[in-house]
Amino acid sequence: MMLVQKPGMLASVQDLGRHGHRQLGICPGGALDVLALTLANRLVGNADGAAGLELTMGGCEIRFETATRIALVGDGFGARLDGAPIWPCWSVPVSAGQTLKLAGANAAGVKKAGLRSWLAVAGGIDVPLVLGSRSTDLKAGFGGHEGRALRKGDRLPLGATALDAARLARRPFGLRGPDWGPEEGDSAIALRVLPGPEFDQFTVASQALLWSERWRITAQSNRMGSRLAGAALKRRRSADMLSSGVIPGTIQVPPSGQPIILMGDAQTTGGYPRIGVVIRADLWKLAQAPLDGRLRLVQVDMAAALEAWAEQQRYLAQVAQGLAAAGWTGPA
Amino acid sequence: MSSRLPLPRLHPLGDAALLCELAPPATLAQQQQIWALGAEVQRWAGVGEVLPGMNNLTLTFDPTAIGIDALMARVNEAWPRLSATAIEGRRVEIPVAYGGEHGPDLADVAAHTGLTPAEVVRRHSAAEYVVYLLGFLPGFAFMGGLPPELATPRRAEPRTAVPARSVGIGGEQTGIYPLVSPGGWQLIGRTSLELFDPSAEPPTLLRPGDRVRFVVESVQT
Repeated sequence: MMLVQKPGMLASVQDLGRHGHRQLGICPGGALDVLALTLANRLVGNADGAAGLELTMGGCEIRFETATRIALVGDGFGARLDGAPIWPCWSVPVSAGQTLKLAGANAAGVKKAGLRSWLAVAGGIDVPLVLGSRSTDLKAGFGGHEGRALRKGDRLPLGATALDAARLARRPFGLRGPDWGPEEGDSAIALRVLPGPEFDQFTVASQALLWSERWRITAQSNRMGSRLAGAALKRRRSADMLSSGVIPGTIQVPPSGQPIILMGDAQTTGGYPRIGVVIRADLWKLAQAPLDGRLRLVQVDMAAALEAWAEQQRYLAQVAQGLAAAGWTGPA
Repeated sequence: MSSRLPLPRLHPLGDAALLCELAPPATLAQQQQIWALGAEVQRWAGVGEVLPGMNNLTLTFDPTAIGIDALMARVNEAWPRLSATAIEGRRVEIPVAYGGEHGPDLADVAAHTGLTPAEVVRRHSAAEYVVYLLGFLPGFAFMGGLPPELATPRRAEPRTAVPARSVGIGGEQTGIYPLVSPGGWQLIGRTSLELFDPSAEPPTLLRPGDRVRFVVESVQT
């Protein structure tokens, strides 16, 4: 069991998502950074799809009532376990009664870096499967823990871990986390984008602005989407659109001209023009990008998008090899 | 019977999804061909989910199993051979309490259409509707078949919380909100049926292709 003493701004149980039900209007949801949850799970000997916690902007406290093992991936927010610092992408043993604390995003000494972190616990969080997933659908109010965001006092059951007592108690070790991309002397995070089905409906000037603007991520962003502020994008003519499918990463432009990048909890269909789609390999960067942070959208072609995905898969394979070489065998 | 519909426009939606889109306007014949395409592509290796929209279909695929160019070629090749009658919808009756607190916008729809509230209810419940797609919320059905004279624009100011099971009119469509959500449709009534129950199999009352009739349970004008 683990006890939520403070949930922070938004904490919810998430796994790799609820897939296969889009045609019923059910969004995939799940951890917004699939890469982070996958890494965290591997670090505690879980299958990639085990449920963990998605934490927003730190400020949370979790007490472990049984001995276990945890890993935090994403922004660490100055995480401490009973006062001792722990680092993102590390696998750390926990004794019964210890408390994990993440400082608030605006606390002294926390550099303004990220937005979310993902916590995996050995055995995973053992809430019931609903439609094949343990993820919380916050909008529809089902799945996860009672279909809602976590509150102070919630107690979450842990599943059985495949780790034996020796591995469970093994001293901490860590991984090199994924790269945010090349430093370019620019604090803007670069997201690679494929032009969307309605790209050609925008004026030539707006098409150019999409790539040249440094977009600000506004505080109106949430698990449904990141709302950007910057130059107003204009269509050549404003024709009404019929409802059409959208997926995480889709960049919609409502009549205000300010783009919205849809995330896992977005509705399954939309009626706004899709000027572009963030490639799968880069969506994790957006999930971690801080509010008020800046984005650059970089046009790529399909070959580059697929190579970026392959590169991410190679990184995950290297992680698996490295863990195995260190004698850390989780479930396949 | 082979289709005479023109080939859909195909466009990638990111690196692992494909949009197949017909020219407007949306018609039932086009939508039936869209459903037939959905049923067909789900049999192909490498295709994941299919998501019918209004007059369009989005499918997800695994690019390591099938390349986008091969996938597009296969859609174009399959399209003319599809039979538009591939999906036989069920008939579903939905009881509705019209007007009053259940349908606070019934008077506004009547005013917009120039009909009496009772006549709006009569015409809404006399028509047969077809579920074109589920989207927006789990189990939210976008239905075609609204008598054209009942078409009413969405409210200028969307409600922040539409009650669950509200029956509404949005432009030329009618639909039912499965859950409490923000929404701008004109609310004319409410049903007692659950539209979405995640623990049920299947979890939604309605599916694409279903034929729907609204049955008057009560009217408050």
